[in-house]
Amino acid sequence: MSSTTLSDRPERIEPPWRDTLRRLGRHGGVRVGGCLMLLFVLAAVFAPHLYTIDPSAMDPTQPNLPMGAHATFVDLGGASFERWFPFGTDGMGRDVYSRVVYGTRISLIVGVSVCLASVLAGGLVGLLAGYFEALDGPLMRVMDGLMAIPAILLAIALVALWQVSLATLVVAIALPDLPKVARVVRASVLSVKTVAFVEAARMMSTPRWKILLRHILPAALPPLAIQGTFIFGAAILVEAVLSFLGVGFSSDIATWGNIMADGRNNFNIAPHLVLLPGAFLALTIVAVNMLGDGLRDVLDPKSSAGGRQP
Amino acid sequence: MSARRPAGKAPRTVGSDRAQRREGPPEAAPVLSIENLSVRLPQGGDRPHAVRGMELRLDPGEIVCLLGESGSGKSVIAHAVMGLLPAALTIESGAVRVLGEDVAAMDARRLSRLRGRRMSMIFQEPMTALNPVQRCGRQIEEMLLVHGVRGRAERRRRVLEMLAQVHFDDPLRVYRSYPHRLSGGQRQRVMIALALALRPALLICDEPTTALDVTTQAEILRLLLELRARTGTAILFITHDIGVARQIADRVAVMRLGAMVETGPARDVLQSPQSDYTRMLIDAVPSLEPRRGGGRPATAPVLAVGGLCNAFRQGSWLGRGKTTVVADRIDLEIRAGETLGVVGESGSGKSSLARCVAGLAPFDSGSIEIAGAPAHRRRGPGAGRDVQMVFQDPYRSLNPRLSVLESLIEGPLNFGASRRDAVARARELMDRVRLPQSGLQRYPHEFSGGQRQRICIARALACEPRLLIADEAVSALDVSVQKQILDLLEDIQAQFGLAMLFITHDLRVAARLCDRIAVMQAGRIVEEGSARQVLTAPRADYTRQLVAAIPGGSPDQAAEYRYG
Repeated sequence: MSSTTLSDRPERIEPPWRDTLRRLGRHGGVRVGGCLMLLFVLAAVFAPHLYTIDPSAMDPTQPNLPMGAHATFVDLGGASFERWFPFGTDGMGRDVYSRVVYGTRISLIVGVSVCLASVLAGGLVGLLAGYFEALDGPLMRVMDGLMAIPAILLAIALVALWQVSLATLVVAIALPDLPKVARVVRASVLSVKTVAFVEAARMMSTPRWKILLRHILPAALPPLAIQGTFIFGAAILVEAVLSFLGVGFSSDIATWGNIMADGRNNFNIAPHLVLLPGAFLALTIVAVNMLGDGLRDVLDPKSSAGGRQP
Repeated sequence: MSARRPAGKAPRTVGSDRAQRREGPPEAAPVLSIENLSVRLPQGGDRPHAVRGMELRLDPGEIVCLLGESGSGKSVIAHAVMGLLPAALTIESGAVRVLGEDVAAMDARRLSRLRGRRMSMIFQEPMTALNPVQRCGRQIEEMLLVHGVRGRAERRRRVLEMLAQVHFDDPLRVYRSYPHRLSGGQRQRVMIALALALRPALLICDEPTTALDVTTQAEILRLLLELRARTGTAILFITHDIGVARQIADRVAVMRLGAMVETGPARDVLQSPQSDYTRMLIDAVPSLEPRRGGGRPATAPVLAVGGLCNAFRQGSWLGRGKTTVVADRIDLEIRAGETLGVVGESGSGKSSLARCVAGLAPFDSGSIEIAGAPAHRRRGPGAGRDVQMVFQDPYRSLNPRLSVLESLIEGPLNFGASRRDAVARARELMDRVRLPQSGLQRYPHEFSGGQRQRICIARALACEPRLLIADEAVSALDVSVQKQILDLLEDIQAQFGLAMLFITHDLRVAARLCDRIAVMQAGRIVEEGSARQVLTAPRADYTRQLVAAIPGGSPDQAAEYRYG
């Protein structure tokens, strides 16, 4: 917008999304979930500075140290140092605390990537299927086909098919989520495309891509954002499951699922090896879901249980 | 008072009820008395109280109209009487007495025993008030069952009797029908049967005819009057329509912003209103007097529709779909500077016609020429700029995420204007539709319905159309706002020499604005002529029915009402 047109600007003009942001900021769930998420993000970013050592460094002479043990650590390269082990060491003598903190990175990266991938791809599919009637049938039948396959099974099959890498893992986890996103977006496109302001745009010869981007897509964003957060949480969980089953990242990479898989054998003597990464996993997912619920309360008050409108 | 109590149990309520009524003198006992009622709005509303200091009294067998524009608090009163106020609204002070008992102070259980038995309510939209997955008969029967009418055969007999009373020729068929099998008027009659099944002393009608066609509306109003005479039920009738109030009310209470402006016998209030507000309301209703009788302008036709046919096919690829004809050999012509009104009831095909002309919907056969250029059957008119449209619902006509300026310059930018020119044009148009230029930076949610409709008109004009289509453009507005928008449309048409296709269900509005009127029924134009001829000397039977059904009467009657 050019600055000349703003010259007679009176006191308080604000676009509608400002108010939405304010209401989000006031929502308890969004606050708590957001703060927790912020903690995890900070942990992931500043992992090297949080009293951690290389997560794959091991001292085979110090396996299964208890929580809070103090010991001299000699890694395979021969470097030796005194260290306090908050979460103890695992069966191979690796610092569990460092592994858990570094595991946050993998979980968040996978969560964000899967979330973005499925929201972008699913959003595109939904947008096209909703707006162009000719594409609706073919696209949505493919989505129906995808939905017919159990998500974990599909992911395992895809990972088995390709070599494991971040990209393949993301695709494998995102693909089963595509239909969910596509259906949500398609539904909101269908409901908004016959609304008068879209028809008015058609009458003003607005090109189709512009109608889609300017008038239709914004109306589909709130449900997309809500769906996106839930996918984020689910993706973290699925990644952990794949790791735990041994089809995810190779076991020397520190992911929460791998730590739990390693700790499983010693569960009788050292249950914290499973429980601690499990707690981190649970807390992350709770935080994400609180965010998602909050988003839904604010953006889509009619569908949430407590949102009683006068 | 002839409110017969139903047979069966629940004697306790009935007993205490009798005891109470014995205390006072029988003729003085009002069915409903609202005393100094104030209802608080939640914080952040546009005013502190939804209703403030309301006083109202209904005697047995009386019909009182609560008359007011949207936001006047009339529905809040109805919900307060039924004990159905939303949780956000609280009764701050005052009492609502139904047959002497204060509803406001009652707990939920006692209230639900009272509802249906002593008071019931019918709503604007009968489709949502009825349960869509239960047969109509069962829904009325359930009401009798809940209130303790014993015996399946007895209940069934009474349901059929009620359905016959609301003039169903074949009560058994209706008894077995699901709501979606019935028309809007039939559904409303089922609602009335349901509401009156237990012979309540008080019936509350919240805009019961607003969603109905005029002829159906006239039917329902007659039915209510007849039932009142037969059962002695007092009716609290809520409406925004002065014509309806005229037809049905014994007394009228005019509401504005939660306060009562004026009350008195209907005749007095509606013929010689004391307050300025009531007078303004009454004057804002267009009379049925046609606008002007001059000949047609000798200009070239802007729109020429020839032999237009269109049908919707519902159904499946397995064949045997249902076909609904929405346009059947329609011929129309509108010249520059001329307004053609297309009137008809819902389902007559008037909106489909507008959408075909606008190029928003394909048509099957025939031709549509706009300014001499034929429109494509599938794709509509090639150069979209010649035709623009103003839609019915001002709340859905503007993209809530775009500022007014962005909405207004979208069209001109599409047609190749520079941004500077488009912005200048937007500023000029804001003046033309009498909105401040500072509004350009604002977003639609900051505007009222009438103001939004002005913005929509400006948006249409920004493309410099030659034909303006207004599809029920004033139907969603309050009368006072409606008047302003009609005035504005008239001015703008004169200024720009536009041809206008004006779709409406309201003959009064058509009379106010249109030079010529075409009456549509079931996809056909049954009559077309000058507004004067169609309204004062209709040739088709259907037109005569429509004119007769207008609440508040024919042009002569209207004149009498207004000036008599």
